[in-house]
Parts: sequence; C-alpha cells; structure tokens
Amino acid sequence: MKLLGDLFFTFFKIGAFTFGGGYAMLPLIQDAVINKHGWLTLTEFLEVIAIAEMTPGPIAVNTATFVGYRTAGVFGSVFASLGVVLPSFLIILLIARFFRGLTDLPWAQGFFSGVKPAIIGLIGIALWRLGSAALIDFKSILIFLGALLLLIKGRLHPIPVIMLSALCGLLLA
Amino acid sequence: MKKKTSLFDLFFTFFKIGAFTIGGGYAMLPLIQKEVIEEHQWLDTEEFTALLAIAEMTPGPVAVNTATFVGYQTVGVLGSIAATLGVVLPSFLIILCIAIFLPRFAGHPVVERIFYGIRPAVVALIGYAIYNLGRKILTNSFAYAVALGVFLVQLLFKIPPIPALLMAAGAGILYSNRHQKQMEEREAD
Repeated sequence: MKLLGDLFFTFFKIGAFTFGGGYAMLPLIQDAVINKHGWLTLTEFLEVIAIAEMTPGPIAVNTATFVGYRTAGVFGSVFASLGVVLPSFLIILLIARFFRGLTDLPWAQGFFSGVKPAIIGLIGIALWRLGSAALIDFKSILIFLGALLLLIKGRLHPIPVIMLSALCGLLLA
Repeated sequence: MKKKTSLFDLFFTFFKIGAFTIGGGYAMLPLIQKEVIEEHQWLDTEEFTALLAIAEMTPGPVAVNTATFVGYQTVGVLGSIAATLGVVLPSFLIILCIAIFLPRFAGHPVVERIFYGIRPAVVALIGYAIYNLGRKILTNSFAYAVALGVFLVQLLFKIPPIPALLMAAGAGILYSNRHQKQMEEREAD
C-alpha cells in the first residue's frame, strides 16, 4: 500500500509540474524515479524513452505505466498513470468550468516567461546526465551525432531515427 | 450551442486519437483537428486555438488537456472522465504489454545490441527537443540567463527541478513587472 501511495504521489507531482509536455518532464522523472526512489537506472530510463517515443500516447503516461508496472505490477501501473494524469485533468476541468481568460493575465505571462526558459535548462541537465550514461565509447558518440544530424538537418521523424540507430547497434556493437 | 454527444462517442473518439498519436505532443494535433472540429464539431477552430494556448500554460500532455476540455464542454464532468480515460487507455495497455514481456528479452545479445544503438539516439532526441524549444523560447537575454542559470544551479548545487522551476517563475514575474513599469514610465515621459 505504501508503495502504491508513493507511486501515485510521485507521478502526481510530476504531472503537476510538466509544463510544455513531452520532454519537459524528463528532468522531473529523472529526479524522482532515478535519484530519489531508485525505481529505474539511467540506462533503463533511456530504454523507456525510446519505447515511449515509438508507441502511441504521451511520454509522461508511458513512463508512469512502465515504472508503475516495474515496481508494483498492474496495480502499480494503474496508480502511477492515474497520478500523472490527474493534475492536468483537475486544472483543465476548473478552467473549462470557471475561467477562460487565463492566457491574458499579466502575472501569468510573467510566470511563464520564467518557467519556459527554465524548462530548457532542466532538459539540458537531463541531456547531460543521460548523455554520460549512453555515450560510452567512440561508436555510441558516432550514432549520437548521426542521429542528431538526421533530426535537425534531415528533418526525419523520431521513429525512423530510432530504427536506424537500432540497426547501427546491431551492425556495430 | 455545441452539439451534445454520448459518453460512448466521446470515449471511442478519444481512444482512437490516443491510439494513433505516436511520439506524443504536437504529433496528435492534425488527428484531433480532424475528429473534434471537422467530424464531430465539438469545437470550432477559434475555440481549439484558445484551448491550445491553455494547454501550453497548464501542466500535462496536450492530448489529455484536449480530451478533458472537450468532454466537459459536450457532456459535463462525466464526459471529461470518459474522454480522458479514452485518450490514455491505448498507451496504457500497450506499455503494460511491453513492460510485461520486455524482461523475457532482456539480456538477449541481439536485444542488447539494438539498445546499444538506440540509447545514443535517445540522447540525440533530447538534444533535438532542446534545439526546437530553444528556437521558440530563447528570444531575449532574460530567457538565455534563466536557462543557463537553471542549468548551472542544477549542475553545481543539485537543487531539485520543482524548486528550480518555482524560482524561475518568481524571476519571470519580477522581471515582467519591472519591464512593464519601465515601459509605462517611458510612455509617461
């Protein structure tokens, strides 16, 4: 029971602070799931991100389901997934009910002028830490640079990039 | 007045959206647009644009935000529950299957080699996310200072992300207040 509560509240907190969606929540997941609770290792986390990227649905939900199952089985995955979705559910419900002018409030604009660049700094830290776990030799650095080039210059979708790098791993490793 | 709809219709439509939004985030916008605006006319384009702005400013995935909002607008609280469950369920079920079966393949040399290749690509994906967000967000020196400051503070002092986000939000409010006062003073002169 304590573990289910831990899973729920940890992912509730992650769900409540992932502005911008997608990769913005990686640093929060990393801090809570890897550093604080030790539910995943850095290497496993990289694999979860790859799986999340290749399957439908938001990355936050994917990670919650995966980590929940790993730590406490099917119930764990239900509690973690509910936890990660509930904050945004409640907030949107309140906005839909009471108040649509949120985007026009001056203090809200100031709030987000600080939060948005902070997210970039946080993702930068995730990049730094995950990079030190994944880029371990010359070949992996080569795959990293190739993938980055395909994404930025080639404008390739993430899924073919992941598939190509899986092929590189098969051939090179 | 918006079209009324059934709980089942909401659930099933958002289940479909949830099942086909690979990659998450903005990858699902075209599908939502087609289903919610064109086919069912639950929202018009203007409402959808306002909803996107709200989704940007509130936590949580855009798909979940849209489902909750549309569900509430059409049926009420029960509608928002049906639509939100619908959009989340496909990815929940798929990941559950993967989490159940993945350990059977873990340690297999072929799987290990595939993941050896995939891990650096995921790091590249994160780098790409920073590149894309940076082009949109890092538009002035204040934004650069906050991004760099948060990065360094995290690296050197290991401050957890949530306090770092709140400090940055405080800095943003102070900065935009001062900025506005300066503009008003200039106008007064």
